[in-house]
Amino acid sequence: MNLISKILLASALVASTSAAQANISDGKVKIGVMGDMGGVYAEICGRGCVEAVQMAVDDFGGKVLGSPIEVISADDQNKPDLGSTIARKWIETEQVDVINGSVASSVTGAITKLMTEHEKITLISASASHAFTTKSCSPFNAQWTYDVVAMANGTVKPMVQSGKKKWFFVTADYAFGHALESVATDVIQANGGEVVGAVRAPLGTTDFSSYILQAQSSGADVIALANAGNDMVNSLKTAAEFGVTDMMDIAGLMVFTQNAQALDPAIAGGMKLTIGFYWDMDEQTREWSKRYMARMGGAIPSMIHAGTYSSTMHYLKAVEAAGTDESRAVMAKMKEMPVEDFFSRNGFLRKDGRMVHDMLQVRIKKADERRDGNDIFAIENVIPGKDAYLPLDKGGCDFALSQN
Amino acid sequence: MATLFDINLFALSGQLLIGLINGSFYALLALGLAIIFGLLKIINFSHGALYMLGAFSAWIGLEYLQLNYWWALVLVPLGIGVFGILLERTLIRPIAHEDHLYSLLLTFGIALILQGLFTHWFGSSGLPYAIPEELQGGTRLPFMYLPNYRAWIIMFSLVVCAGTWYLIEKTKLGAYLRAGTENPQLMQAFGINVPLIVTLTYGFGAGLAGLAGVLAAPIYSVAPEMGSNILIVVFAIVVIGGMGSIGGAILTGLAMGVVEGLTKYFYPEASNTVIFLVMVLVLLTKPAGLFGKEA
Repeated sequence: MNLISKILLASALVASTSAAQANISDGKVKIGVMGDMGGVYAEICGRGCVEAVQMAVDDFGGKVLGSPIEVISADDQNKPDLGSTIARKWIETEQVDVINGSVASSVTGAITKLMTEHEKITLISASASHAFTTKSCSPFNAQWTYDVVAMANGTVKPMVQSGKKKWFFVTADYAFGHALESVATDVIQANGGEVVGAVRAPLGTTDFSSYILQAQSSGADVIALANAGNDMVNSLKTAAEFGVTDMMDIAGLMVFTQNAQALDPAIAGGMKLTIGFYWDMDEQTREWSKRYMARMGGAIPSMIHAGTYSSTMHYLKAVEAAGTDESRAVMAKMKEMPVEDFFSRNGFLRKDGRMVHDMLQVRIKKADERRDGNDIFAIENVIPGKDAYLPLDKGGCDFALSQN
Repeated sequence: MATLFDINLFALSGQLLIGLINGSFYALLALGLAIIFGLLKIINFSHGALYMLGAFSAWIGLEYLQLNYWWALVLVPLGIGVFGILLERTLIRPIAHEDHLYSLLLTFGIALILQGLFTHWFGSSGLPYAIPEELQGGTRLPFMYLPNYRAWIIMFSLVVCAGTWYLIEKTKLGAYLRAGTENPQLMQAFGINVPLIVTLTYGFGAGLAGLAGVLAAPIYSVAPEMGSNILIVVFAIVVIGGMGSIGGAILTGLAMGVVEGLTKYFYPEASNTVIFLVMVLVLLTKPAGLFGKEA
């Protein structure tokens, strides 16, 4: 090779890399991770979500299209105003390209609105509301791990079909609880069951015995707990104490791995629920989870941690495939490529932004079935994604329906 | 089935009993608050955190030291009492002569720090604590199934409340205590060590909160924010009963448990507001509270 051809080759190389970098805004891809770092949702997402994103970036090689990938994080304290202030700062002065994390649906709602205005993608890996892919959908939303519909469908449908027809709801008295109850009620009625009663317990109720007594005298087959976190734990504890668990089934409509782990197996053993991911499902999930646990001091991942990794990874792959970090092009690639990894089975990102993947119906193991403290669930059923999630045509997402 | 105006009487008696049980919890917590306020004039916002500390101590005892529930019932209140004494000596004492607001802010700060530390150490999901074997199971009453543990709570806390009331209102020690806060200089002149009495009283109030925490551990989620949830309600109860009235705190605690229980039956949505509604009504008609002395 003579000198001239060497120079030509070198300049061609430089030109090609700078061309690739030119397609990455500000010369880097910056991922913002928002989360409740010290409050009630800190364990199901929090620092674990930041670590999961970092892990995806590390596994991806730290660079995409030759540009570095940077991760920053912030504590939204479950406050929508704080979340949107941080997001605005990230977008306007810190060149953040994509936001992941954020558990409280109210915070996520504020963020997605802002991100859509700025034509940037939100990876909704932690929030439960299905509004983000139905009536408040956006071409820049990608909702990953789960939603209230999948949780209710996965748990309620098989139980009604097996003959548990009469249901009683203990519902958290705010938007989230109401949504969960209404979604589950639809599933119960569609499968020939009936709702014989419901109580709306204020958020943060300490003593659920009144409600459990009412449920007991209602003659229901199943008590559905349409609440979360400590409310769920307290209502379940009370049900066991009053001997209800021997007479009726309890269905937890929103139970995370961390909640199940915190429950006494003598009380919670046998309870059925739905999750999007279980660390001990197969070789693939165990391999990833062990690496995660090594980074997190031994704490097992929730479905949200795994989903956060999966969505980040899929985003980075889409940036690479699209050859740019321009949001519309990336989103088109995300929706085009199948989502198949340790977390997502038979997964794909639907037009409305819903990542449809198989869900797991699990049962909390009793004490004598457990190997150790991390051995929590027995998987009973795999629910195909199309049965778990609300179908596209029933969601009412305008832009996705008009594309049909 | 016996019904009256479309109300199921059996169900209603169940709700009344449940209300009484919750009320005995409120009474125990309100008692500690009322003692500390009545005798020391400290608005103790860390009371909820001390209650949370009691529940966590019971859990830690069981998990790491193999101390069962019964040991916890004896040792934890003592431990929390000592912790309270340390708090009083090191932090509260130096600002005791300042306006009430200072001690309120200080104890509120202490509560936030404790809650934050426990969230950091143990997470926010709550920890499991089993009902002791001796108290598992329950009794089938004509109108409801009464778990043995709940029956134990109501009996035990009523004994503690009554004992405390007797100690403060009817014994010589109680008389010293009341006199020492009424007129400390005079009591000092009689050779009574007033600062010591003040410290011990704070320790005793803290111990009561710790005791309530141990009682709560088997039935409620042992979680860092358990104290802040209940504290506001208990404050309302102390206000309704009359700030500083010992007997008033106990009776109001029980009564408000019942009021809340009935609300949970008839209109659950209002169950966490009803006590504050009562508070507003009481303050409008009787500003010193139901059992308080008019200034």
